[in-house]
Amino acid sequence: MDNAAVSHAHAFKFTPASIVGQALFYGLFAIIVGYFSTGPRYQHLAPDLALIKLSFSHHGQPVTECRKRTAEELAKLAPNMRAPMACPRERSPVTVQVELDGKPLHRSVTAPSGLSKDGTSTTYQRFEVPAGEHTLAVKMNDSIRVEGFNYVKEEKLTLKPAQIVVIDFAADKGGIFFAQ
Amino acid sequence: MSTFIAFREGGQSVLKRIEAFFDALFGSAGNPWRHLGALGFYFAWLAMVTGIYLFIVLDTGIEDVYTSIEYYTHQQWWLGGIMRSIHRYSADALVAVMLLHLAREFFYGRYHGFRWFSWITGVPVIWLVYASGIGGYWLVWDKLGQFSAIASAEWFDWLPIFSDPATRNFLTPESLNDRFFSLLVFLHIGIPLLLMLALWAHLLRVSRPDVFPSRALGWGSLAMLLALALVKPTVSHGRADLAVVPTALDLDWYYLFIHPLMNLTSPAGLWVIAGGFTLLLLVLPLLPHRKQEPIAVVNPPNCNGCRRCFEDCPFTAVVMEPHPDKPGHELARVIPDLCASCGICAGACPSSTPFRSVEELVTGIDMPRQPVSALRGEMERKIAALAAAPKIVVFGCECAADARGLERADTAVMNLMCSGLLPPSFVEYALRGGADGVLVTGCREGSCAYRFGTQWTEQRLRGAREPHLRAANVPPERLRLAWADPHEGGGLEVALTEFRKHLQTLGADEKRPRAYTRRIAHYG
Ligand code: HEM
Ligand code: SF4
Ligand code: SF4
Repeated sequence: MDNAAVSHAHAFKFTPASIVGQALFYGLFAIIVGYFSTGPRYQHLAPDLALIKLSFSHHGQPVTECRKRTAEELAKLAPNMRAPMACPRERSPVTVQVELDGKPLHRSVTAPSGLSKDGTSTTYQRFEVPAGEHTLAVKMNDSIRVEGFNYVKEEKLTLKPAQIVVIDFAADKGGIFFAQ
Repeated sequence: MSTFIAFREGGQSVLKRIEAFFDALFGSAGNPWRHLGALGFYFAWLAMVTGIYLFIVLDTGIEDVYTSIEYYTHQQWWLGGIMRSIHRYSADALVAVMLLHLAREFFYGRYHGFRWFSWITGVPVIWLVYASGIGGYWLVWDKLGQFSAIASAEWFDWLPIFSDPATRNFLTPESLNDRFFSLLVFLHIGIPLLLMLALWAHLLRVSRPDVFPSRALGWGSLAMLLALALVKPTVSHGRADLAVVPTALDLDWYYLFIHPLMNLTSPAGLWVIAGGFTLLLLVLPLLPHRKQEPIAVVNPPNCNGCRRCFEDCPFTAVVMEPHPDKPGHELARVIPDLCASCGICAGACPSSTPFRSVEELVTGIDMPRQPVSALRGEMERKIAALAAAPKIVVFGCECAADARGLERADTAVMNLMCSGLLPPSFVEYALRGGADGVLVTGCREGSCAYRFGTQWTEQRLRGAREPHLRAANVPPERLRLAWADPHEGGGLEVALTEFRKHLQTLGADEKRPRAYTRRIAHYG
């Protein structure tokens, strides 16, 4: 029953040829695994560029001004809800404009998050720019009750290749700031 | 649709040729193509074992881990460094064999019908493999980890899930702390555990899953990884610095290809690609496919509860239940959703023996399309019709090299749904009923559409599995096995011609089994 067949499941025997053949295929697999494990090299950022990151996570101003509740109004409210000021939950969208060396680089209007539009407006953008000297100007409006921009920051920067500058906003740091 | 089928079948045909070639070099048990799932498990285990080792020896903390990895990579390269390299390369090999396994199951058409479960549960496994591997890169916290973590954050920030964008965690060096590092460790241990859970689910509907490679394949793969670790040790990029962009990166393309792909498209674009691919895999089983044959049927009066069908079913479709009337006895039951309609159970059932004088042979578990009784009738008729000597009966398989064309004045062909449907007693019955020789063919081991058809048949015929062929009654010279995949029809024909010549040399009554005629007239 054992002789000549097209294939025999249990008939396999190692021979010098099969060992060499196996070694070749293990080697080939090792080369494929090893090569793509680190190559080809990926150029994430060209060597003469720097990166400007714009990242805001900012609560816009309430859409209308807070207002003092009248005595009657307060009386109607449940005792634990009697806050003297009535503030709208809805926030203004946040408008951001970035200019590099006087030329517009970016402009966006981000709506507040959340179903009742009471969350933060978030923006995230990456700008690859040539390394060297630049004037970076960032303007922001976070209130529909204000015309134009209520925050402005402009600075001269010298960017090294691959350097990252972050444009962020924090009230306790005086509004817009550049971190580098 | 037809181009789709042509693509799939073309792929299958190419694969079968490659696999047949590898059979010759590696043997079926050592053939990597036939054990991609087992190799996947093997590489996953290797990654786990080396990972646990690294977890034990490495210092934790966002600053310390890099220094510590550098130490083991360069100073203690002979242990820690090798562990690290094997961890890396086994994870890479895991992706490679997983994708090959997926492609092979696809080309073999193993994604619909009763197999939908194995296919669908394979899909989350892909995500978990990627999540496990990518998290590992962050943990090194070198420039590559920095790049990958930020790119991943940019990708996930596209989804409206975080109230504060994840990218904001990586703005400046001050924004990171050891809590972040603990989170990474948690992810890189927790997700692989989830992966193991998903793999357990993946195998729920295959019995005796092939989860461990043969000794030859296991040692060969380990030696390969070790050689790779020595020739090309894994090294880190420079220390991460959130104030500087990582520029040129030696990417691990197996895992991190998604980042360049995102930079080439956009976060939304990558979601479309990843989501689209996932969705495509999920809807494949829903495409129209040929209807499955009727499933196995148990005939309780002919079932003695021997459990052989339960042992041999490749898809856990048979369960043994207490006999309703005979206390202490069991009865087989088929779970319809799990049954593949392969017939391997009918070949296992002792009641399938044709040496029963009943007119209508009813076995314990039978296939409605090819009942054992009809097979016996067909075989009796065909042997009686053979006009020349040596009289040969060929048992063929519908999935393997087509045997029907071998029919001649001296050769009868019985084409089975699966070679596993062949009760071994049929071989003895053919020889004692007038045939001079029996040739059994079917798919190569590992190509069987139903996993175990070839293996069980060969074991049964060799007497290594129940029901076994009664060797005392069957001279081995008169039985031949010739496994042949669909593209090997030529080889099958050669095997038959050789067998025919061999039978001619045996002479008429030399080593012939005792003749047997069923007392009842030929059925049919
Ligand atoms: C690391 C990832 C994976 C591992 C380790 C793995 C492992 C396995 C193993 C061990 C088997 C049993 C094979 C046998 O005993 O015959 C199997 C079967 C199967 N796998 Fe996977 N698998 C993985 C991923 C996938 C993926 C991504 C898919 C497709 C989406 C998939 C589809 C299948 C199918 C359809 C079967 C059933 C084969 C059959 O019924 O004959 N697997 N897998
Ligand atoms: S036909 Fe196949 S899948 Fe169905 S019960 Fe029998 S052995 Fe199991
Ligand atoms: S193999 Fe036949 S007799 Fe044995 S348990 Fe299954 S159906 Fe019953």
